[in-house]
Amino acid sequence: MTHAQLEIADLSIRFGGIRALDGASFAIQPGITTGLIGPNGAGKTTLFNCISGLTPGATGQVRFCGRDISRAEPQEISRAGLVRSFQLARGCENMTVFEHLMLYGPRQRGEGLIVAILGNPEARRQEEALREEALDMARRLKLAHVLDNLVTRLSGGQKKLLEIGRALLAKPKMILLDEPMAGVNPTLVQDIADHLVEIRKSGISIVLIEHEMELIERLCDEVIVMAGGRFLTRGSFSDIAGNRDVQESYLGIRRQ
Amino acid sequence: MTSYLLFIGTITAIYALLSLGLVVSWGQAGMVNLGLVGFFGLGAYCSALLTKLGAPIGLGWVAGAALSAVIGVGFCLLTRTLRGDYLAIVTLGFGEGLRLVELNERWLTGGSDGISGIRAPFKDALGELYPWFYFALAWTLVALVAWMLARVLGSPFGRALRAVRDDEKVAAVAGKNVLRLKCQAFGIGAALFGLAGGLYAHFTSYISPDNFVVQLTIYIFLAVTAGGYSRLIGAVFGSLAVMTILESSRFAAEFIPGLSAVQIASLREFAIAVALIVIMQLRPQGVFGLRNERAGSARADAAAPAAAIPAPSK
Repeated sequence: MTHAQLEIADLSIRFGGIRALDGASFAIQPGITTGLIGPNGAGKTTLFNCISGLTPGATGQVRFCGRDISRAEPQEISRAGLVRSFQLARGCENMTVFEHLMLYGPRQRGEGLIVAILGNPEARRQEEALREEALDMARRLKLAHVLDNLVTRLSGGQKKLLEIGRALLAKPKMILLDEPMAGVNPTLVQDIADHLVEIRKSGISIVLIEHEMELIERLCDEVIVMAGGRFLTRGSFSDIAGNRDVQESYLGIRRQ
Repeated sequence: MTSYLLFIGTITAIYALLSLGLVVSWGQAGMVNLGLVGFFGLGAYCSALLTKLGAPIGLGWVAGAALSAVIGVGFCLLTRTLRGDYLAIVTLGFGEGLRLVELNERWLTGGSDGISGIRAPFKDALGELYPWFYFALAWTLVALVAWMLARVLGSPFGRALRAVRDDEKVAAVAGKNVLRLKCQAFGIGAALFGLAGGLYAHFTSYISPDNFVVQLTIYIFLAVTAGGYSRLIGAVFGSLAVMTILESSRFAAEFIPGLSAVQIASLREFAIAVALIVIMQLRPQGVFGLRNERAGSARADAAAPAAAIPAPSK
Protein backbone atom coordinates (compact mmCIF):
# COMPACT_ATOMS: atom_id res chain seq x y z
CA MET A 1 0.00 0.00 0.00
CA THR A 2 1.38 3.40 -0.95
CA HIS A 3 1.73 6.07 1.64
CA ALA A 4 -1.44 8.12 2.01
CA GLN A 5 -1.36 11.70 0.71
CA LEU A 6 -3.98 13.12 3.03
CA GLU A 7 -4.55 11.60 6.45
CA ILE A 8 -7.30 12.74 8.76
CA ALA A 9 -7.26 11.45 12.31
CA ASP A 10 -10.03 11.97 14.84
CA LEU A 11 -11.00 15.40 13.52
CA SER A 12 -13.70 17.07 15.62
CA ILE A 13 -15.18 20.53 15.84
CA ARG A 14 -18.26 21.95 17.55
CA PHE A 15 -20.24 25.02 16.65
CA GLY A 16 -22.16 25.84 19.81
CA GLY A 17 -24.03 22.67 20.67
CA ILE A 18 -23.57 21.06 17.26
CA ARG A 19 -20.82 18.56 16.66
CA ALA A 20 -20.19 19.35 13.00
CA LEU A 21 -17.28 16.92 12.92
CA ASP A 22 -17.24 14.13 15.43
CA GLY A 23 -14.00 12.20 15.22
CA ALA A 24 -13.73 11.88 11.45
CA SER A 25 -10.81 9.64 10.44
CA PHE A 26 -9.69 8.39 7.05
CA ALA A 27 -6.82 8.52 4.60
CA ILE A 28 -6.76 9.40 0.91
CA GLN A 29 -4.34 7.92 -1.60
CA PRO A 30 -2.44 10.04 -4.11
CA GLY A 31 -3.25 10.23 -7.79
CA ILE A 32 -6.90 9.22 -7.63
CA THR A 33 -10.26 10.91 -7.54
CA THR A 34 -12.06 10.37 -4.26
CA GLY A 35 -15.75 11.08 -3.93
CA LEU A 36 -16.97 12.42 -0.62
CA ILE A 37 -20.66 11.82 -0.13
CA GLY A 38 -23.13 11.94 2.69
CA PRO A 39 -26.44 13.57 3.59
CA ASN A 40 -26.73 17.32 4.14
CA GLY A 41 -25.16 18.15 7.47
CA ALA A 42 -22.79 15.19 7.34
CA GLY A 43 -19.86 17.57 7.75
CA LYS A 44 -18.39 17.42 4.25
CA THR A 45 -17.95 21.15 3.72
CA THR A 46 -16.91 21.63 7.35
CA LEU A 47 -14.26 18.99 6.75
CA PHE A 48 -12.96 20.98 3.77
CA ASN A 49 -13.00 24.17 5.84
CA CYS A 50 -10.98 22.51 8.61
CA ILE A 51 -8.49 20.83 6.28
CA SER A 52 -7.86 24.05 4.34
CA GLY A 53 -7.33 26.02 7.56
CA LEU A 54 -10.21 28.44 7.01
CA THR A 55 -12.07 27.19 10.09
CA PRO A 56 -9.55 26.97 12.90
CA GLY A 57 -10.23 25.35 16.23
CA ALA A 58 -10.72 21.71 15.27
CA THR A 59 -9.15 19.01 17.40
CA GLY A 60 -7.46 15.99 15.88
CA GLN A 61 -4.86 15.80 13.21
CA VAL A 62 -4.57 16.45 9.48
CA ARG A 63 -1.44 15.35 7.64
CA PHE A 64 -0.70 16.23 4.02
CA CYS A 65 2.20 14.50 2.26
CA GLY A 66 3.45 13.42 5.66
CA ARG A 67 3.42 16.92 7.13
CA ASP A 68 1.17 17.95 10.01
CA ILE A 69 -1.02 20.80 8.76
CA SER A 70 -3.58 20.74 11.60
CA ARG A 71 -2.60 24.18 12.89
CA ALA A 72 -1.19 25.65 9.70
CA GLU A 73 -2.45 28.94 8.27
CA PRO A 74 -4.59 28.69 5.10
CA GLN A 75 -1.87 30.19 2.92
CA GLU A 76 0.71 27.65 4.16
CA ILE A 77 -1.65 24.81 3.33
CA SER A 78 -2.27 26.24 -0.12
CA ARG A 79 1.46 26.64 -0.70
CA ALA A 80 2.02 23.05 0.41
CA GLY A 81 -0.07 22.01 -2.62
CA LEU A 82 -3.51 21.49 -1.12
CA VAL A 83 -5.93 23.91 -2.76
CA ARG A 84 -9.70 24.05 -2.38
CA SER A 85 -12.66 25.47 -4.24
CA PHE A 86 -15.76 26.98 -2.67
CA GLN A 87 -19.25 25.55 -2.79
CA LEU A 88 -20.87 28.92 -3.46
CA ALA A 89 -18.25 30.10 -5.92
CA ARG A 90 -16.51 32.97 -4.13
CA GLY A 91 -14.61 35.70 -5.78
CA CYS A 92 -13.25 39.15 -5.24
CA GLU A 93 -16.11 41.28 -6.46
CA ASN A 94 -13.99 44.07 -7.92
CA MET A 95 -11.55 41.83 -9.73
CA THR A 96 -11.70 40.32 -13.21
CA VAL A 97 -11.41 36.71 -14.33
CA PHE A 98 -7.88 37.41 -15.50
CA GLU A 99 -6.87 38.90 -12.16
CA HIS A 100 -8.30 35.90 -10.32
CA LEU A 101 -6.29 33.51 -12.44
CA MET A 102 -3.14 35.58 -11.91
CA LEU A 103 -3.82 35.79 -8.19
CA TYR A 104 -3.40 32.06 -7.73
CA GLY A 105 0.13 31.93 -9.11
CA PRO A 106 2.26 30.28 -6.42
CA ARG A 107 5.31 31.90 -4.83
CA GLN A 108 5.35 35.04 -6.94
CA ARG A 109 8.41 37.07 -6.01
CA GLY A 110 6.67 40.25 -7.06
CA GLU A 111 4.37 39.88 -4.07
CA GLY A 112 7.11 41.01 -1.75
CA LEU A 113 6.93 44.72 -0.96
CA ILE A 114 10.63 45.38 -1.51
CA VAL A 115 10.64 43.56 -4.85
CA ALA A 116 7.49 45.49 -5.83
CA ILE A 117 9.22 48.80 -5.11
CA LEU A 118 12.60 48.06 -6.63
CA GLY A 119 11.51 45.85 -9.51
CA ASN A 120 13.28 42.63 -10.30
CA PRO A 121 13.87 40.88 -13.64
CA GLU A 122 13.20 37.47 -12.11
CA ALA A 123 9.84 38.65 -10.76
CA ARG A 124 8.96 40.06 -14.19
CA ARG A 125 9.82 36.78 -15.90
CA GLN A 126 7.71 34.91 -13.38
CA GLU A 127 4.81 37.26 -14.01
CA GLU A 128 5.11 36.81 -17.79
CA ALA A 129 5.18 33.01 -17.46
CA LEU A 130 2.16 33.15 -15.18
CA ARG A 131 0.32 35.34 -17.67
CA GLU A 132 0.89 32.74 -20.40
CA GLU A 133 -0.37 29.99 -18.11
CA ALA A 134 -3.42 32.03 -17.13
CA LEU A 135 -4.31 32.75 -20.75
CA ASP A 136 -3.81 29.12 -21.63
CA MET A 137 -6.02 28.02 -18.75
CA ALA A 138 -8.70 30.49 -19.84
CA ARG A 139 -8.66 29.00 -23.34
CA ARG A 140 -8.93 25.46 -22.02
CA LEU A 141 -11.88 26.37 -19.81
CA LYS A 142 -13.52 28.50 -22.54
CA LEU A 143 -13.21 31.59 -20.40
CA ALA A 144 -10.97 33.50 -22.80
CA HIS A 145 -13.79 35.74 -24.02
CA VAL A 146 -14.67 36.86 -20.48
CA LEU A 147 -11.12 37.40 -19.17
CA ASP A 148 -11.64 41.12 -18.63
CA ASN A 149 -15.08 40.76 -17.04
CA LEU A 150 -15.61 41.21 -13.34
CA VAL A 151 -16.37 37.87 -11.71
CA THR A 152 -19.73 39.18 -10.54
CA ARG A 153 -20.79 39.31 -14.19
CA LEU A 154 -20.13 35.62 -14.88
CA SER A 155 -22.81 32.97 -15.12
CA GLY A 156 -23.00 30.34 -12.38
CA GLY A 157 -21.27 27.79 -14.58
CA GLN A 158 -18.47 30.15 -15.55
CA LYS A 159 -17.84 30.87 -11.87
CA LYS A 160 -17.49 27.16 -11.21
CA LEU A 161 -15.04 26.85 -14.10
CA LEU A 162 -13.02 29.75 -12.75
CA GLU A 163 -12.91 28.09 -9.31
CA ILE A 164 -11.31 25.03 -10.89
CA GLY A 165 -9.02 26.99 -13.18
CA ARG A 166 -7.55 29.21 -10.52
CA ALA A 167 -7.04 26.26 -8.17
CA LEU A 168 -5.03 24.55 -10.92
CA LEU A 169 -2.87 27.62 -11.47
CA ALA A 170 -1.66 27.26 -7.88
CA LYS A 171 0.14 24.08 -9.11
CA PRO A 172 -1.51 21.88 -6.51
CA LYS A 173 -0.80 18.26 -5.65
CA MET A 174 -4.39 17.78 -4.52
CA ILE A 175 -7.53 19.82 -5.04
CA LEU A 176 -10.62 19.80 -2.84
CA LEU A 177 -13.67 20.54 -4.95
CA ASP A 178 -16.88 21.39 -3.14
CA GLU A 179 -19.79 20.60 -5.48
CA PRO A 180 -18.12 21.94 -8.62
CA MET A 181 -21.09 20.97 -10.75
CA ALA A 182 -24.04 21.99 -8.58
CA GLY A 183 -26.45 24.39 -10.24
CA VAL A 184 -24.73 24.15 -13.60
CA ASN A 185 -26.54 23.35 -16.85
CA PRO A 186 -26.21 19.74 -18.13
CA THR A 187 -23.93 20.52 -21.10
CA LEU A 188 -21.49 22.36 -18.91
CA VAL A 189 -21.64 19.60 -16.28
CA GLN A 190 -20.27 17.24 -18.94
CA ASP A 191 -17.54 19.76 -19.78
CA ILE A 192 -16.52 20.09 -16.15
CA ALA A 193 -16.56 16.32 -15.74
CA ASP A 194 -14.25 16.02 -18.76
CA HIS A 195 -11.91 18.58 -17.19
CA LEU A 196 -11.82 16.58 -13.97
CA VAL A 197 -10.84 13.46 -15.89
CA GLU A 198 -8.02 15.45 -17.54
CA ILE A 199 -6.87 16.83 -14.19
CA ARG A 200 -6.68 13.36 -12.68
CA LYS A 201 -4.69 12.15 -15.69
CA SER A 202 -2.20 14.95 -15.13
CA GLY A 203 -1.43 13.43 -11.72
CA ILE A 204 -3.33 15.79 -9.44
CA SER A 205 -5.45 14.06 -6.81
CA ILE A 206 -9.04 15.20 -6.49
CA VAL A 207 -11.38 15.06 -3.53
CA LEU A 208 -14.87 15.76 -4.77
CA ILE A 209 -18.01 16.56 -2.81
CA GLU A 210 -20.93 15.73 -5.09
CA HIS A 211 -24.54 14.70 -4.74
CA GLU A 212 -25.13 13.46 -8.29
CA MET A 213 -24.48 9.72 -8.13
CA GLU A 214 -23.96 9.32 -11.88
CA LEU A 215 -21.04 11.73 -11.69
CA ILE A 216 -19.61 9.97 -8.65
CA GLU A 217 -19.82 6.68 -10.52
CA ARG A 218 -18.16 8.10 -13.62
CA LEU A 219 -15.41 10.12 -11.99
CA CYS A 220 -14.42 8.53 -8.70
CA ASP A 221 -11.98 5.70 -8.10
CA GLU A 222 -13.08 5.49 -4.52
CA VAL A 223 -16.01 6.80 -2.52
CA ILE A 224 -15.96 7.83 1.13
CA VAL A 225 -19.29 8.15 2.91
CA MET A 226 -19.72 10.52 5.85
CA ALA A 227 -22.68 10.82 8.19
CA GLY A 228 -23.14 12.79 11.38
CA GLY A 229 -19.64 14.27 11.24
CA ARG A 230 -17.97 10.85 11.11
CA PHE A 231 -16.50 8.45 8.61
CA LEU A 232 -19.15 5.87 7.77
CA THR A 233 -17.66 3.62 5.14
CA ARG A 234 -15.59 3.58 1.95
CA GLY A 235 -15.23 1.52 -1.18
CA SER A 236 -15.79 1.50 -4.91
CA PHE A 237 -19.00 3.02 -6.19
CA SER A 238 -20.67 -0.37 -6.62
CA ASP A 239 -19.73 -1.42 -3.07
CA ILE A 240 -21.20 1.77 -1.71
CA ALA A 241 -24.35 1.62 -3.81
CA GLY A 242 -25.14 -1.81 -2.39
CA ASN A 243 -24.30 -0.93 1.20
CA ARG A 244 -27.32 -0.97 3.49
CA ASP A 245 -25.88 1.48 6.01
CA VAL A 246 -25.34 3.97 3.24
CA GLN A 247 -28.81 3.49 1.88
CA GLU A 248 -30.20 4.07 5.33
CA SER A 249 -28.22 7.19 6.18
CA TYR A 250 -28.10 8.76 2.77
CA LEU A 251 -31.13 7.65 0.87
CA GLY A 252 -33.39 7.42 3.87
CA ILE A 253 -34.36 3.79 3.22
CA ARG A 254 -35.34 2.09 6.48
CA ARG A 255 -34.01 -1.31 7.39
CA GLN A 256 -36.75 -3.94 7.71
CA MET B 1 -2.76 86.90 -3.39
CA THR B 2 0.22 84.91 -4.66
CA SER B 3 1.32 84.05 -1.15
CA TYR B 4 -2.21 82.98 -0.31
CA LEU B 5 -2.35 80.71 -3.37
CA LEU B 6 1.07 79.27 -2.59
CA PHE B 7 -0.03 78.55 0.96
CA ILE B 8 -3.22 76.84 -0.21
CA GLY B 9 -1.30 74.98 -2.92
CA THR B 10 1.18 73.61 -0.39
CA ILE B 11 -1.57 72.53 1.98
CA THR B 12 -3.25 70.82 -0.98
CA ALA B 13 -0.06 68.83 -1.58
CA ILE B 14 -0.12 67.76 2.08
CA TYR B 15 -3.76 66.69 1.66
CA ALA B 16 -2.74 64.80 -1.47
CA LEU B 17 -0.09 62.87 0.49
CA LEU B 18 -2.69 61.98 3.11
CA SER B 19 -5.12 60.93 0.39
CA LEU B 20 -2.49 58.74 -1.28
CA GLY B 21 -1.93 57.00 2.04
CA LEU B 22 -5.64 56.42 2.41
CA VAL B 23 -5.91 55.01 -1.11
CA VAL B 24 -3.33 52.37 -0.19
CA SER B 25 -4.79 51.29 3.14
CA TRP B 26 -8.49 51.80 2.39
CA GLY B 27 -8.92 51.81 -1.38
CA GLN B 28 -6.49 49.00 -2.12
CA ALA B 29 -6.42 46.92 1.05
CA GLY B 30 -9.90 47.64 2.38
CA MET B 31 -8.95 48.91 5.84
CA VAL B 32 -10.83 52.00 6.93
CA ASN B 33 -8.53 54.28 8.91
CA LEU B 34 -10.54 57.02 10.59
CA GLY B 35 -7.55 57.73 12.81
CA LEU B 36 -5.42 59.09 10.02
CA VAL B 37 -5.24 62.50 11.64
CA GLY B 38 -3.67 60.76 14.65
CA PHE B 39 -0.83 59.46 12.50
CA PHE B 40 -0.58 62.87 10.84
CA GLY B 41 -0.10 64.43 14.29
CA LEU B 42 2.36 61.75 15.28
CA GLY B 43 4.57 62.61 12.32
CA ALA B 44 4.23 66.33 12.97
CA TYR B 45 5.15 66.14 16.67
CA CYS B 46 7.92 63.63 16.08
CA SER B 47 9.60 65.79 13.46
CA ALA B 48 9.05 69.04 15.38
CA LEU B 49 10.50 67.66 18.61
CA LEU B 50 13.46 65.98 16.97
CA THR B 51 14.47 69.10 15.07
CA LYS B 52 14.12 71.12 18.28
CA LEU B 53 16.78 68.82 19.68
CA GLY B 54 19.01 69.67 16.74
CA ALA B 55 18.27 66.92 14.26
CA PRO B 56 18.28 67.92 10.58
CA ILE B 57 14.81 68.50 9.12
CA GLY B 58 15.15 65.69 6.58
CA LEU B 59 15.85 63.28 9.40
CA GLY B 60 12.82 64.60 11.27
CA TRP B 61 10.60 63.81 8.29
CA VAL B 62 11.98 60.32 7.87
CA ALA B 63 11.69 59.67 11.61
CA GLY B 64 8.10 60.95 11.65
CA ALA B 65 7.14 58.66 8.79
CA ALA B 66 8.98 55.72 10.33
CA LEU B 67 7.43 56.18 13.78
CA SER B 68 3.99 56.42 12.21
CA ALA B 69 4.62 53.28 10.18
CA VAL B 70 5.83 51.30 13.19
CA ILE B 71 2.84 52.34 15.27
CA GLY B 72 0.57 51.65 12.31
CA VAL B 73 1.90 48.11 11.91
CA GLY B 74 1.59 47.50 15.66
CA PHE B 75 -1.94 48.85 15.55
CA CYS B 76 -2.76 46.57 12.62
CA LEU B 77 -1.48 43.54 14.51
CA LEU B 78 -3.58 44.44 17.53
CA THR B 79 -6.74 44.85 15.47
CA ARG B 80 -6.03 41.88 13.19
CA THR B 81 -9.47 40.37 13.66
CA LEU B 82 -11.39 43.59 12.99
CA ARG B 83 -12.80 44.68 9.67
CA GLY B 84 -15.17 47.27 8.30
CA ASP B 85 -17.12 49.31 10.83
CA TYR B 86 -15.37 47.81 13.83
CA LEU B 87 -11.93 48.75 12.59
CA ALA B 88 -13.28 52.20 11.71
CA ILE B 89 -14.45 52.79 15.28
CA VAL B 90 -11.19 51.61 16.81
CA THR B 91 -9.11 53.80 14.49
CA LEU B 92 -11.36 56.78 15.24
CA GLY B 93 -10.74 56.27 18.95
CA PHE B 94 -7.02 55.90 18.35
CA GLY B 95 -6.80 59.24 16.53
CA GLU B 96 -8.79 61.00 19.21
CA GLY B 97 -6.71 59.34 21.94
CA LEU B 98 -3.49 60.61 20.39
CA ARG B 99 -4.91 64.13 20.31
CA LEU B 100 -5.68 63.90 24.02
CA VAL B 101 -2.13 62.75 24.69
CA GLU B 102 -0.85 65.77 22.76
CA LEU B 103 -3.13 67.97 24.83
CA ASN B 104 -2.24 66.56 28.24
CA GLU B 105 1.41 65.51 28.12
CA ARG B 106 2.58 69.09 28.53
CA TRP B 107 6.19 68.18 29.35
CA LEU B 108 6.57 66.75 25.85
CA THR B 109 4.12 68.55 23.63
CA GLY B 110 3.48 71.84 25.41
CA GLY B 111 -0.18 70.93 25.78
CA SER B 112 -2.67 73.33 24.27
CA ASP B 113 0.07 75.93 23.75
CA GLY B 114 1.53 73.64 21.13
CA ILE B 115 5.03 73.90 19.75
CA SER B 116 6.08 77.11 18.06
CA GLY B 117 9.17 78.19 16.20
CA ILE B 118 9.58 74.92 14.35
CA ARG B 119 12.54 75.27 11.99
CA ALA B 120 11.86 75.82 8.30
CA PRO B 121 14.28 74.42 5.73
CA PHE B 122 16.49 77.08 4.01
CA LYS B 123 14.10 79.85 4.99
CA ASP B 124 16.79 82.46 5.68
CA ALA B 125 18.78 81.60 2.59
CA LEU B 126 15.80 81.66 0.26
CA GLY B 127 13.99 84.69 1.60
CA GLU B 128 11.21 85.72 -0.80
CA LEU B 129 11.53 82.50 -2.75
CA TYR B 130 10.86 80.30 0.27
CA PRO B 131 7.09 79.78 -0.29
CA TRP B 132 7.81 78.81 -3.89
CA PHE B 133 10.47 76.39 -2.74
CA TYR B 134 8.22 74.69 -0.21
CA PHE B 135 5.37 74.51 -2.71
CA ALA B 136 7.64 72.81 -5.25
CA LEU B 137 9.13 70.53 -2.62
CA ALA B 138 5.71 69.36 -1.42
CA TRP B 139 4.44 68.65 -4.93
CA THR B 140 7.68 66.91 -5.90
CA LEU B 141 7.18 64.63 -2.93
CA VAL B 142 3.60 63.96 -4.02
CA ALA B 143 4.80 63.08 -7.53
CA LEU B 144 7.54 60.84 -6.18
CA VAL B 145 5.21 59.03 -3.79
CA ALA B 146 2.54 58.62 -6.48
CA TRP B 147 5.10 57.21 -8.90
CA MET B 148 6.38 54.72 -6.35
CA LEU B 149 2.88 53.68 -5.32
CA ALA B 150 1.91 53.19 -8.95
CA ARG B 151 4.80 50.75 -9.25
CA VAL B 152 3.89 48.92 -6.08
CA LEU B 153 0.18 48.69 -6.77
CA GLY B 154 0.74 47.61 -10.36
CA SER B 155 2.82 44.63 -9.19
CA PRO B 156 1.64 41.23 -7.96
CA PHE B 157 1.82 42.78 -4.47
CA GLY B 158 -0.92 45.21 -5.43
CA ARG B 159 -3.04 42.46 -6.91
CA ALA B 160 -2.76 40.45 -3.70
CA LEU B 161 -3.76 43.55 -1.69
CA ARG B 162 -6.90 44.01 -3.74
CA ALA B 163 -7.77 40.36 -3.23
CA VAL B 164 -7.45 40.85 0.53
CA ARG B 165 -9.72 43.88 0.25
CA ASP B 166 -12.44 41.95 -1.56
CA ASP B 167 -12.28 38.54 0.09
CA GLU B 168 -9.67 37.52 2.65
CA LYS B 169 -10.58 33.84 2.38
CA VAL B 170 -10.02 33.74 -1.36
CA ALA B 171 -6.69 35.53 -0.89
CA ALA B 172 -5.62 33.04 1.79
CA VAL B 173 -6.58 30.03 -0.32
CA ALA B 174 -4.58 31.59 -3.15
CA GLY B 175 -1.57 31.27 -0.84
CA LYS B 176 -1.35 34.93 0.19
CA ASN B 177 -0.28 35.89 3.69
CA VAL B 178 -3.27 38.06 4.51
CA LEU B 179 -1.98 39.46 7.79
CA ARG B 180 1.39 40.43 6.30
CA LEU B 181 -0.28 42.21 3.39
CA LYS B 182 -2.67 44.08 5.67
CA CYS B 183 0.12 45.23 7.96
CA GLN B 184 2.21 46.38 5.01
CA ALA B 185 -0.65 48.34 3.47
CA PHE B 186 -1.65 49.89 6.77
CA GLY B 187 2.02 50.67 7.47
CA ILE B 188 2.53 52.36 4.09
CA GLY B 189 -0.59 54.42 4.70
CA ALA B 190 0.54 55.40 8.21
CA ALA B 191 4.03 56.28 6.94
CA LEU B 192 2.54 58.67 4.39
CA PHE B 193 0.28 60.24 7.03
CA GLY B 194 3.35 60.74 9.23
CA LEU B 195 5.37 62.20 6.37
CA ALA B 196 2.55 64.61 5.59
CA GLY B 197 2.51 65.60 9.26
CA GLY B 198 6.22 66.40 9.21
CA LEU B 199 5.82 68.43 6.08
CA TYR B 200 2.95 70.34 7.69
CA ALA B 201 4.79 71.08 10.94
CA HIS B 202 7.80 72.66 9.23
CA PHE B 203 5.58 74.56 6.83
CA THR B 204 3.39 76.32 9.39
CA SER B 205 6.21 76.39 11.99
CA TYR B 206 3.57 75.99 14.71
CA ILE B 207 1.52 72.97 15.72
CA SER B 208 -0.98 72.38 18.48
CA PRO B 209 -3.58 69.69 19.19
CA ASP B 210 -6.15 71.93 17.46
CA ASN B 211 -4.50 71.14 14.14
CA PHE B 212 -5.23 67.45 14.53
CA VAL B 213 -8.97 67.24 14.94
CA VAL B 214 -11.25 64.73 13.28
CA GLN B 215 -12.45 67.19 10.62
CA LEU B 216 -9.22 66.66 8.72
CA THR B 217 -9.90 62.92 8.55
CA ILE B 218 -13.30 63.70 7.07
CA TYR B 219 -11.78 66.03 4.48
CA ILE B 220 -9.37 63.34 3.36
CA PHE B 221 -12.11 60.72 3.19
CA LEU B 222 -14.13 63.13 1.09
CA ALA B 223 -11.15 63.74 -1.19
CA VAL B 224 -10.55 60.03 -1.72
CA THR B 225 -14.26 59.27 -2.17
CA ALA B 226 -14.65 62.07 -4.68
CA GLY B 227 -11.61 61.01 -6.67
CA GLY B 228 -12.36 57.29 -6.71
CA TYR B 229 -11.32 55.43 -3.61
CA SER B 230 -8.93 52.95 -5.19
CA ARG B 231 -7.14 55.33 -7.56
CA LEU B 232 -3.93 57.29 -7.04
CA ILE B 233 -4.93 59.93 -9.54
CA GLY B 234 -8.24 60.16 -7.74
CA ALA B 235 -6.44 61.01 -4.51
CA VAL B 236 -4.65 63.96 -6.09
CA PHE B 237 -7.73 65.12 -7.94
CA GLY B 238 -9.89 64.76 -4.83
CA SER B 239 -7.47 66.82 -2.73
CA LEU B 240 -7.67 69.64 -5.25
CA ALA B 241 -11.46 69.40 -5.26
CA VAL B 242 -11.76 69.43 -1.47
CA MET B 243 -9.42 72.37 -1.11
CA THR B 244 -11.41 74.24 -3.73
CA ILE B 245 -14.64 73.61 -1.82
CA LEU B 246 -13.08 74.56 1.51
CA GLU B 247 -11.54 77.79 0.29
CA SER B 248 -14.36 78.90 -1.97
CA SER B 249 -16.74 78.70 1.00
CA ARG B 250 -14.61 81.50 2.49
CA PHE B 251 -15.45 83.76 -0.44
CA ALA B 252 -19.01 82.55 -0.80
CA ALA B 253 -19.81 84.10 2.58
CA GLU B 254 -19.59 87.55 1.01
CA PHE B 255 -22.52 86.74 -1.26
CA ILE B 256 -24.76 85.29 1.42
CA PRO B 257 -26.36 88.06 3.47
CA GLY B 258 -27.20 87.95 7.14
CA LEU B 259 -24.51 85.59 8.41
CA SER B 260 -22.62 86.18 11.64
CA ALA B 261 -18.89 85.51 11.85
CA VAL B 262 -19.43 82.19 13.60
CA GLN B 263 -21.90 81.09 10.97
CA ILE B 264 -19.47 81.99 8.21
CA ALA B 265 -16.83 79.78 9.81
CA SER B 266 -19.32 76.91 9.87
CA LEU B 267 -20.01 77.34 6.18
CA ARG B 268 -16.93 75.20 5.46
CA GLU B 269 -18.26 72.14 7.23
CA PHE B 270 -21.63 72.73 5.64
CA ALA B 271 -20.10 72.83 2.16
CA ILE B 272 -18.15 69.64 2.86
CA ALA B 273 -21.28 67.84 4.05
CA VAL B 274 -23.24 68.92 0.99
CA ALA B 275 -20.42 67.85 -1.32
CA LEU B 276 -20.27 64.41 0.28
CA ILE B 277 -24.02 63.91 -0.11
CA VAL B 278 -23.95 65.06 -3.73
CA ILE B 279 -21.09 62.72 -4.61
CA MET B 280 -22.71 59.71 -2.94
CA GLN B 281 -25.91 60.43 -4.85
CA LEU B 282 -24.48 61.18 -8.27
CA ARG B 283 -21.28 59.23 -8.53
CA PRO B 284 -20.64 56.94 -5.56
CA GLN B 285 -17.64 55.33 -7.26
CA GLY B 286 -15.90 58.71 -7.57
CA VAL B 287 -14.64 60.56 -10.63
CA PHE B 288 -12.13 57.84 -11.44
CA GLY B 289 -13.73 54.41 -11.16
CA LEU B 290 -12.10 51.05 -10.53
CA ARG B 291 -9.32 50.06 -12.80
CA ASN B 292 -8.58 46.43 -13.56
CA GLU B 293 -5.58 44.76 -15.14
CA ARG B 294 -6.25 43.83 -18.74
CA ALA B 295 -5.50 40.37 -20.00
CA GLY B 296 -3.50 41.85 -22.85
CA SER B 297 -3.06 41.09 -26.52
CA ALA B 298 -3.35 37.33 -26.26
CA ARG B 299 -7.04 37.86 -25.55
CA ALA B 300 -7.76 39.06 -29.07
CA ASP B 301 -6.85 35.82 -30.82
CA ALA B 302 -8.44 33.73 -28.08
CA ALA B 303 -11.71 35.60 -28.21
CA ALA B 304 -12.58 34.70 -31.78
CA PRO B 305 -12.93 30.90 -31.51
CA ALA B 306 -14.38 31.06 -28.02
CA ALA B 307 -17.14 33.39 -29.16
CA ALA B 308 -18.39 30.74 -31.57
CA ILE B 309 -19.25 28.46 -28.66
CA PRO B 310 -22.57 29.42 -27.09
CA ALA B 311 -21.95 31.15 -23.82
CA PRO B 312 -23.03 28.92 -20.95
CA SER B 313 -26.03 30.20 -19.09
CA LYS B 314 -27.64 29.26 -15.83
